[in-house]
Amino acid sequence: MADRFERQRLVPGFGSQGQEKLQNSSVLVIGAGGLGAPILLYLTAMGVGKIGIVDGDQVSVSNLNRQVLFGQEDVGKNKAEVAANFLRRQYPDCSITEIASFVHAENAADLIRPYDLVIDGSDNFPTRYLVNDVCVLLNKPLVFGAIFQHEGQVSVFNLGKGSCNYRDIFPNPPKADEVPNCAETGVIGVLPGIIGNIMAMEAIKVLADFGTPLKNRILFYQSKTASFYEVQIKPNLEGHASIPKSLEALSHTDYELTCVGLPEISWEEIPHPIPASAALVDLREKNEQPKLEKWNTLSIPFTEFEDHFERIKEKELVYFFCQTGIRSLKAVRRIQEVFPQKSVFSIRGGIQAILTPHDHGKTENS
Amino acid sequence: MKNKIRIRTFGMIAEEIGQSKLTLDQIATTENLKDYLFAQFPKLQSMKFSIAVNQKLVQGDEQIPEGAEVALLPPFSGG
Repeated sequence: MADRFERQRLVPGFGSQGQEKLQNSSVLVIGAGGLGAPILLYLTAMGVGKIGIVDGDQVSVSNLNRQVLFGQEDVGKNKAEVAANFLRRQYPDCSITEIASFVHAENAADLIRPYDLVIDGSDNFPTRYLVNDVCVLLNKPLVFGAIFQHEGQVSVFNLGKGSCNYRDIFPNPPKADEVPNCAETGVIGVLPGIIGNIMAMEAIKVLADFGTPLKNRILFYQSKTASFYEVQIKPNLEGHASIPKSLEALSHTDYELTCVGLPEISWEEIPHPIPASAALVDLREKNEQPKLEKWNTLSIPFTEFEDHFERIKEKELVYFFCQTGIRSLKAVRRIQEVFPQKSVFSIRGGIQAILTPHDHGKTENS
Repeated sequence: MKNKIRIRTFGMIAEEIGQSKLTLDQIATTENLKDYLFAQFPKLQSMKFSIAVNQKLVQGDEQIPEGAEVALLPPFSGG
């Protein structure tokens, strides 16, 4: 029978059986970004029966060098919705569910439970540790992949007894101010294409029972030298001790990165309007969305921060915010060095915290 | 090479050290290696990374065999 899957059924060891397994399987893809784009394209093209797409973020123009599911006309729209609509047009036989919100401790287990396998293409440590821990507690196979500028790392977790997970490699998350983020560090557009495709291949292998997945191994890729490096993993007791003991305990766990001694504040504590002696500083780059409407802000993009200290020199009290609260912690640490007499705060969770439904009763898309 | 260890670095560790491969005189244990690196590159102290010796992840302080290859592996978060 000639159909879209003919050429993969011809592969020895995959065959009709492999294809049937794909058609009967379901995958949850967390993050429809640089990694999510190739993962979603190939899983649907190859005939995975059901796919869930979770992403609460909106397309911005700076995503378009690598997030190849999106075009210029999608800027400002929710990523999960745009991806789902595109894939439905392309592959109507695939059952696709989009979830236009972020994964958090309260909803993670319910999102993940119905699926056979989870793929983590998220872009931050809190989500990565949360998704790992839920998958450990649900004993759910998890394909993990992450990128940094021009390098990547991939592994597969929770493949039965004795199978390692993320906490066996990195037992505990880094501190908030130790972490770079994409807006600051940049990424070569094709890199997530490579890492995402390795992740897609690993998912296909697990679902179709084809070949040997990256179990208890992590694969590193360095694009500058075109080299792969494989490391064997073994169980880590310190890592296991850090996983909540039950889904109930997990739902009350705070996965936000902790920081030592840097003053943080929540949006609820920001005065409205901002007094003349104070400033609310937006550290995001000019193209980052959404804009904050409730308060008057001072825009000092983090990449130009060092050159613009004069703009806050006269202020006694400065509140910094960014997208997720990482750049703002770095700014606080820097200002404490330069102006030790000033009161400075980082707004916890950045603008994303104001968009999270359980904080303000609004949806991510509002 | 006897009495030398080869170091492989990744991600922000490679960025901080300035190269992805280097060779050092033999160092006895992974904790000794960290002390050496922290003295040479103080910023590494505030970076999270795991260590593999001869492509096996180690936990705590472990011996570095003569001529071993040691990899410094930071977690990446990007997606």
